[in-house]
Amino acid sequence: MSKDIRIKKGLDIKLVGVAEKTTTNSSLSSVYAIKPEDFHGITPKLVAKEGAEVKAGDTLFYSKSDERILFPSPVSGKVTEVIRGARRRVMAVKIAADATQVHTDFGVKDAAKMSAEEVKNHLFTSGCWPFIKQRPYDVVANPNQAPKAIFISAYASAPLAADLEYTLAGKEAELQTAITAISKLTEGKVHVSVGANSMFANLSGVEIHKVSGPHPSGNVGTQIAMIDPINKGEVVWVVTPQDLVVIGELLLTGKLNLQRTIALTGSQFEKPQYITAIAGASISDVTASNLDNDNTRIISGNVLSGKQVDIDGFLGYYDNQITAIPEGDDYEFFGWNKPVFDKISASRALTFSWLTPNKKYDLDTNTNGEHRAFVVTGSYENVFPLDIYPMQLLKAFMIKDLDEMEALGGYEVAPEDFALTEFICVSKQPHQKIIREGLDLMRQELG
Amino acid sequence: MSLKQNLHNLKEKYKGTKMAPAFNAIHTFLYLPNEVTHGGTHIKAADDLKRTMNIVIMALIPCLLFGMFNAGYQHYAAIDGSLRDNVLANFFTWDNLWIGIIKVLPLVIVSYGVGLIVEFIFAVIKGHEVEEGYLVTGMLVPLIVPIDTPLWMLAVAVVFGVVIGKEVFGGTGMNILNPALTIRAFLFFAYPTWMSGDKVWVYDAVNRTGTADAISGETILGSYAQNQEVIYSNWDKFFGFIPGSVGETSTFLILLGAAFLIFTKIGSWRIIVSTFIGAAVMGLIFNGIVNANIITDSSKFYGLMNTNWWEHLMIGGLAFGAVYMATDPVTGSQTNKGKWIYGFLIGFISIMIRVFNPAYPEGVFLAILLMNVFAPTIDHYVVQGNVKKRLNRAKVKTA
Repeated sequence: MSKDIRIKKGLDIKLVGVAEKTTTNSSLSSVYAIKPEDFHGITPKLVAKEGAEVKAGDTLFYSKSDERILFPSPVSGKVTEVIRGARRRVMAVKIAADATQVHTDFGVKDAAKMSAEEVKNHLFTSGCWPFIKQRPYDVVANPNQAPKAIFISAYASAPLAADLEYTLAGKEAELQTAITAISKLTEGKVHVSVGANSMFANLSGVEIHKVSGPHPSGNVGTQIAMIDPINKGEVVWVVTPQDLVVIGELLLTGKLNLQRTIALTGSQFEKPQYITAIAGASISDVTASNLDNDNTRIISGNVLSGKQVDIDGFLGYYDNQITAIPEGDDYEFFGWNKPVFDKISASRALTFSWLTPNKKYDLDTNTNGEHRAFVVTGSYENVFPLDIYPMQLLKAFMIKDLDEMEALGGYEVAPEDFALTEFICVSKQPHQKIIREGLDLMRQELG
Repeated sequence: MSLKQNLHNLKEKYKGTKMAPAFNAIHTFLYLPNEVTHGGTHIKAADDLKRTMNIVIMALIPCLLFGMFNAGYQHYAAIDGSLRDNVLANFFTWDNLWIGIIKVLPLVIVSYGVGLIVEFIFAVIKGHEVEEGYLVTGMLVPLIVPIDTPLWMLAVAVVFGVVIGKEVFGGTGMNILNPALTIRAFLFFAYPTWMSGDKVWVYDAVNRTGTADAISGETILGSYAQNQEVIYSNWDKFFGFIPGSVGETSTFLILLGAAFLIFTKIGSWRIIVSTFIGAAVMGLIFNGIVNANIITDSSKFYGLMNTNWWEHLMIGGLAFGAVYMATDPVTGSQTNKGKWIYGFLIGFISIMIRVFNPAYPEGVFLAILLMNVFAPTIDHYVVQGNVKKRLNRAKVKTA
């Protein structure tokens, strides 16, 4: 049975640099790095020591709060360096990859015959548990709480997002296997949201929802809110299709293979296109001879919620996209009052993007104004499809009023749900940061 | 070295010092800053607070220009009543504009000058940036005062309004009362003889009292409140060829401004529409009372109660208040449902005060200030509706 999700509120940001549908197989990077900060809320306990040899799938570190949650090495090779930050916090574990890759064998499994407990344990030992994230709080799922449902968004609506239909083509068997396995982890339903004419619509054992409308229709947070919103005390789990493919391949072959097809997008790429890469790959290797790195912002992820990385940084663990856009670190004469034709605006205040809804813009990273107190009202609501008062929730999060945070919908949101309101914010407030910090506080205080 | 580079070097030099906010205010006036995003979204939409405020100022410019011509027109028409026979020929003249230049421009200059000095002082003392709210306030203030307001009075009121109305709450975005109306209210309560009556609305009216050819400089509301006949046609009222505060007489231009604000998505159409609806409803109620013969023409309220409901919408400050004052996003209701209630009550109460307060037959600014105070309460109940929905949902699921 399918239930359609149509949203009207939102905003499609059309940018220059859509990835062309050709895939280059990149050669193996020489260095990989896994960054604990990619797994928000995890305190890592190191297993791998500098100089140790590891196989792909061997544990590098585990979560201090739950020792069953292991974080695997994406490649086989030698741990060359553990980078530490302030107070000896682990920032990254670097691995020099071997020329020939060796995988730890976790054994072939028959998903249909596994019990829930077996599935769980298999995900733990193989290091696949971090693929399962939870709402509320948008962190790696707590295995001790039973989810009321599992949500999978197979529709990407973010600006320049990788086309999942393209990147995951031919992986139907893996997807189905993974879904068969993880659907045992919940008493409730597994909801898959798909775009029009999607290959994912043929999956069995799930409830399919057809999604249409502007971004954030593809955000799993939007879909949860439309299908089965989270109430106090409830937990839902979220997995991405590309991570399901990894789980599926693990069950079918016994190998943990973190290779994926990622999109290189944005105006600073000479040829925006797709490329295969393994999680944690070095950015300079993946973008080699394609990137104009002069005054460029490189982002692991999309322009709304991705993380800024250096050219000598590494691909984020969950990301299937690298975006490169120009830095906007220049002054613009009378930029605040002259008519604007080359930028996007949600208003019509001498801005003309409303005249050309299909034009693709080459936006840079300039904030187009300074940070101010909240002044304008009613604009966030136009791009925020959840049944939540966005400004009131943000203010509750800012003043850390736990009762209000709870009452106004704090359990239902993740930072990415506030990416569009942050984009259009006239006062240039850091919405996603406010939400992230508020969720961390809620998690700490309310559990 | 270019101006851009020079300013950049100065900015770096003064970074972190006391004077940095003052310098930044001037710098960012000339150049959009070179700030880039870090964390959060990597791209940002084109508009900032300056652009938003600038749009409101642009919407006010026609009212200001009209007010300048009207200043001269009302002055000369008071001396020579025959000028009113052919308004169009006698309105847009250099003589009229000249009176506007010598009477209205000083009001604008004092309003901006004093207000911005106070803003800069507070920014430097408290170390926050000079925020843009005053750009609009500074333009609103000269438009809502009588033409003969002494400049020193205006200066005192602006200082009061900016400090007590805004800065003590933390500056733009934090204030509870609309700063421009706080300034207007201060003037009204501190210097009432200069703010009401029949001698203040037309330039130099005081000096003409007693002369044979002088006609009264009474506003329409003042005439109605005293159950007098009004000499102006409905078209005069609509287009604004009448005495009144500097910029609020032309309902036509105010509606054009409203259309511009709504089109640019800067002004809330919900508040504007609901304010007019609220005023119309109250007007209809009063018309009904008169029609039902509940009061007679001997009543002191008869004149204004008997005024057609649609006429109420274009006389006095109602339209100006609805479009430029009630829509202030900081002091108004913030939720969309709340905006409907908030606007409706402003319109409703405006006409009520207008009718029942013959000493000063104008209720808009008091109604808006009153509703400013209640806006958070309205929002509270609207938001509680959403909270309740969430609680009910949880109960249904666990039951």
